[in-house]
Formats: sequence, C-alpha cells, structure tokens
Amino acid sequence: MGEHRYDPVTGQYTTGHKWDGIEELYTPLPRWWVITLVITFAIAIIYALLYPGWPTTRFYFPGLLGWTSAGELKTEKDAARAAQAHWRDQIAAKPVSEIAQSEELRTFAITGGRSLFNQNCAACHGLGAGGQQGQFPSLIDDDWLWGGKLDDIYLTIAHGIRNEDAESRQSEMPPFGEMLSAEEISAVADYVLTLSDAKAVEGRKALPGAAIYEANCAGCHGAEGEGMREMGVPRLKDQIWLYGDSKESIVHQIGKPRMGSMPSWKPRLGDDAVKMLTIYVHSLGGGE
Amino acid sequence: MTAAASTIGSTHYAEGQQTIVGYNEDVVRAFSIATVIWAVVGLAAGVWVALQLAFPALNYGEFFTFGRLRPVHTSAVILGFGGNALLATSLYVVQRTCRTGLWGGPKLASFLFWGYNAFLIAALISYPLGFTQSQEYAEPEWFLDIWLTMVWVSYLAIFVGTLAIRREPHIYVANWFFLAFILTVSVLHVVNNLAVPISFTSTKSYTLYAGVQSAMIQWWYGHNMVGFWLTAGFIGMMYYFVPKQADRPIYSYRLSIVHFWALVFLYIWAGPHHLHFTALPDWTQTLGAAFSIMLWMPSWGGMINGIMTLSGAWGKLRTDPILRFLVVAVAFYGMSTFEGPLMALKPVNALSHYTDWTIGHVHSGALGWVALMAFGSLYHMVPKLWNKSLWSIKLVEVHFWLAAIGIVLYITAMWVSGITQGLMWKAYDEFGFLQYSFTDSVAMLHPYYVVRALGGIFFLAGGILFAVNIFMTIYGAPSRRRSGADLQPRLTAAE
Repeated sequence: MGEHRYDPVTGQYTTGHKWDGIEELYTPLPRWWVITLVITFAIAIIYALLYPGWPTTRFYFPGLLGWTSAGELKTEKDAARAAQAHWRDQIAAKPVSEIAQSEELRTFAITGGRSLFNQNCAACHGLGAGGQQGQFPSLIDDDWLWGGKLDDIYLTIAHGIRNEDAESRQSEMPPFGEMLSAEEISAVADYVLTLSDAKAVEGRKALPGAAIYEANCAGCHGAEGEGMREMGVPRLKDQIWLYGDSKESIVHQIGKPRMGSMPSWKPRLGDDAVKMLTIYVHSLGGGE
Repeated sequence: MTAAASTIGSTHYAEGQQTIVGYNEDVVRAFSIATVIWAVVGLAAGVWVALQLAFPALNYGEFFTFGRLRPVHTSAVILGFGGNALLATSLYVVQRTCRTGLWGGPKLASFLFWGYNAFLIAALISYPLGFTQSQEYAEPEWFLDIWLTMVWVSYLAIFVGTLAIRREPHIYVANWFFLAFILTVSVLHVVNNLAVPISFTSTKSYTLYAGVQSAMIQWWYGHNMVGFWLTAGFIGMMYYFVPKQADRPIYSYRLSIVHFWALVFLYIWAGPHHLHFTALPDWTQTLGAAFSIMLWMPSWGGMINGIMTLSGAWGKLRTDPILRFLVVAVAFYGMSTFEGPLMALKPVNALSHYTDWTIGHVHSGALGWVALMAFGSLYHMVPKLWNKSLWSIKLVEVHFWLAAIGIVLYITAMWVSGITQGLMWKAYDEFGFLQYSFTDSVAMLHPYYVVRALGGIFFLAGGILFAVNIFMTIYGAPSRRRSGADLQPRLTAAE
C-alpha cells in the first residue's frame, strides 16, 4: 500500500496500490457510460414486460402485448394465403387441363410451380430440371418414363413412383443376372446398343442377342425398343440413357437393375401445389 | 519454495538465461512456445476449411472433409492458440502481480502443460477419425472430457493457490478476470459434457439432455465459452499488458470493479439468443435478448478501461507496433460487443440467423480481439521471459498490417454474403412466392468465400511472421541478447 499519487496527465489520483509496477487511477465512472447502462437496463426490463419473459413456477407471464411466436407465424401465413386466395381458390376448384387454358392462372401456376420446384424438387432433378446423369431423369426433354401429358405428370407428382403410397406408380424389372448367363447378358447388351443406332439396323436380327431380346425383353420394352409408358418402361431406341450408355452400364442394368423412386407430394404439399408443379413441369419444354 | 522466498524477485542467471528466483517461468515459456505452434496450426486449418467451402473439390476422402476438419480449426484456434495464450499469460501475470511463485510446485505446473497439450493433440486427431459429441466447441468425447476436467482442476488449484500465497495486499484486476474465466469454464465444461458412454470400453457417448434442453445447455455453454474463455480471460490479459506496454496507470479502478461484476453476472444468462426462432420457449428467447441488451455497457466498460489507459501515451501508437496490436484488439472488442447485442435483437436476428453474418461477427471478435491481443501479449512477454530483445520490430509492423488487411477482407466478405443470404431467403416475388431457392443463395456465396479465404491467407501469413519472429528471438544469435538491465526498474520496485 503506497501513497495516492497525483497523475498530471489525467488530473486523477492513483488508488495507491501497485502490482509489478502497474498503478490504477481513481477516475470516476464516465457519466455517459452510467446513463447508457441505466437506459439499456430500462429497455431490457420494458422489453421483458411487453413480451413473454418472466417464468413462474407452473407457466410464464405472457407479456402485456399477448404476443407469441406461433401467433405471429400464423398471422403472417394467413395474410400470405389471403393475398393469393384469388388464384389459389380457382386452382383448387379446377382440373389442371382447365388451369392451363387460363392465361392468368397459368402464369400464377408457373410462377408458384417454379418456386415449389426449386424448394422441393431441385435437390434431385436440379435447378432448371435438367436432372442428374446416372441418377434422376431430366424433365426438359420429350422422353417421358411415365407420360408427358398434364394428367400423367399430375399423377406422377401427386403419388410418386415406387413408394408406399397405394396409388404410386409401380413396376419392376426383374434381375436377369439370376436368369441369364454372363455371355447371354453381354450378347443382349450388344443388341440393345444397336436399337438406337440407325447405322446398325442392317444385320441386327442376325446378332446372337436378338433372340434373347425377343424372348426376354421385347414383352415390356417392345420389339423395336419403343418402351411402354403405362408401366414406366424406358424407351431403348433413343440416345437418352438415364443410367449410362456404355455397354458396361447396360450389362449392369440388365443383371441387377436400378429403378428410381420418388416420394408422393400431394400429402406433403397439398393438391393445389401439385397442380402448380404439374403446369410448371409441363411448360419446361417436353410437355405433350 | 520457502528457501527461495527471501530472494523472490531477484534475478538469477544460468547459461546466459535469466530466471527470476522463485517464479516458475519454465512453464510460462513452454506455454508461450505452444501458443505460437497452435496459432500456426489453427490458422492454417482455418485457411484450409475456408478454401474447402470456396472450392468443394478440396474435400478429400472420408477423413478430410469440411465437416471433420472444421472442429480441428475451431479447437486449434480457441483451445490451442487461445487456450495456451491464456495459460501462458495468466501464469505469467499471476506470479508477477502476486509477487510469488506458482502454488503446487513445478511438477504440478508441468502436469498442467503436458496434460493440456496432450488433450489438444488427442482431440484434434480424434475429429477426423469421426470421434465427436457433435456439440459445437465441445466436440471431444467423454474420455477426453474427463481428462480435461482433471487438467482444469489442477489449473484452478494452481491459480487459486498462488492467489492465496500472494505477497501483495490486494488481488490485481487481471487476476479477477482470469479466475472468473477458469472457474466458469470448469462449470461450463462439466455441465455441458455430462454424458452416458455406451459402455466403459466404448468411445461413443450420448448427452444427458434431450431435445430443446440439450440445445439450451449447449448454447449456454457455447455463449459463455465466448464470454469467459474468449472475453473474460482476454480482458485479464488486457489489464496487464496494455498498462505495461503503454507504461501508464489503468484508467479507472472504479470502472474495473463495476464492469467486472456486471459482465460476469450478465454474460451467463445471454445464451438463449443463439436459439431465437427455434423450439425454445418464447419467454426464454426474450430473456436471452434482454440480457444481451444489458450486456452492452458492461462490455464497453472493459473497452473504455483498455483504450483510455493510453491517455497521455497516444503518441506511442505511432512508434510501437506491439502497443498497436493491443489497442486495436481492444477496439475490435468494442466493435464486436456492440454488434453482438444488436444481433441478439429479434428483428435483426430474423435477418442474421443461420447466415454468414454470424461467422463474420465471430471472426471480428476472434481475429480482431482475441488473436491480436494474444499476439501483442506474446510480443511483450517473450523478450522478458528469455531476456532478449525482440528479433525484429519491423516484422511486428508487417505482421500488424497483414493481420489488419486479413481481418477487413474476412469480415466484410462475411457481412456482405451473410446479409445477402438473409435477404435472399426472405425475398418474395409479385405473387408472394419465394424468389430464390436455397441453392441460388449457395451459388451466390462463391466470390465472398474466395475473398474470405484470401483474408485468412493474409492473417495466416502474419501468423507465420509472428512464429518466425518469436522463434528467432528465442533461438536467434547470442549477440542480440541483452543484459538484465531492462528488468532492473521492475526488480527495484518489487522489493
């Protein structure tokens, strides 16, 4: 304990203590600091009185404004719904074919559909709906597994593909790896590759895979590989290969087929959202 | 200890190296070297994960993905760099301001050093391998938590013991803050890490809390790790190194008392502001925001006391880059602690929550306040510990500007990207549909992430110069060594 030393620079005295040469001045608390401190305390107390803030033994004081976060959310959602009611009500009442014919409703549905698509569908089908090679089909071309008419697209989105929804699209390709030998699968893969190759039409029937295809594949995929939309059977005579166009991928697909699935969206998003998505997807370029 | 008591504070030379009799400076030196190493490791890890965010192709394999390396960065900087800096400075300061050696003797101090750093190494190896509790800043699994608890209890014992055997009548304010930090972290660490291991031979455990309680405990912990580890502890550092380097008395003893008690009382309640707009009950969120508003001035009390201590010594900022590190650190502390309560207000939080604004806020505190304070303190302390003059003051100057540019690039990039994110998520089109997809808001981030990584590279470059300067000071040419002359005034003042 030492002397209270006068510090000429600040005009303050020290406290008289010294630690390793460090002294402290006895400067009073800055006035503005004290005032601001008091104001912030007052603001905090008022804030906690206006809003729910004071816990009690069983519950909590709900606040003078009666505000709740759930209530605010509901108010905002109701207001947003009300602002769209004019179009939403009509969309809810009409089938997709009629919605598509009204310029006003179509514009609304495409705008809403794009937003819904970006939030819900883009994760798999991509922003812009280009799909992902080897994973999820593109929706901007005219190659449709389950049909490209408005009603087809509506059903696919509403109930999905190969899921637990009783009305979902269902079909299954058998694993031919359990039925055919490796040589037979290799031969039929060679043959399948010729289906989309105009230059290979000549002499195709003479290939060893032709008979195997005829006996095992043509029933679903068609004699010329034209596919069958009722069953979601892919067309084999075009250049669009979801799971790859190499012979290796085709051999794998025949032996141990991959089949995509898609959730049913109607229970999650509601019928009017599915209708808007239908109109949007139909408008992307491949709609029939 | 007792044998040395009569000569405590006198100088002692051994092999050209000076120690102060009775003080345990060996452990402080060890922690100082560890601080430098962890600084480089932690900052490099930060740059790497920042690059991974900007260029996702840099995520290699199973063990080196962003998710596993991000805690390596946060633990290495907060617990490694920050933690070793806190241990080094607190043990340095407590001995000098209590004018006594460390309680518990050199073996306990050694255990503290090796125990703490062994914990760090084990934790950092465990994250990439997938051992994690998945709790932010509390990732280490239960067996490492138990180990850290033992280490931390020894730290508490050494610190409190040293205060108890002090040879000064009063406890200096820096030590109040260090003790608040050590004590609160003990409570935070134990409570948040209460978990049940699957079995005693299993590395996996599950937390004792469920659902929203788990979230609340976690952010009570997380917020107060910021409040006590990165704030109270570093204010302790400020209270010693700023007046020392400026050679001026502390601005206001009264302010130090008021803001200390206000800070430690208010900080502990503000955690719920991390959980605005979640399942946390409304009343808890309100209280989190209310306490954050009240916290503004107590935080600024520390800033005022740090900056105003320079009254009469402002001119030194031009010539002394070490003092500049310390003072700019305090200025960043003031800025971050203004921004913090602002972001805790629900209307602001509605924009900032889950965006990069939070990351920017954290780094204005972490880079601006914590790291600059640690750099400045070590630049002051290392020459004293090894009794040599700093290898290059010019390099300190370069380090300062590299760090300053790095911080500005980092936080402005994160402010812009964060606010843009927040605005994009809330944008509606003319029909009231969401304007952007989440993916749109991710694609927008790329240029800002590149700038952020660049800011990190600047800061890391400064950190490497820091390491070079410190190691050259310690192991450099003997001709640069000074005599004990610079210590004389302090020694005469001591006895």
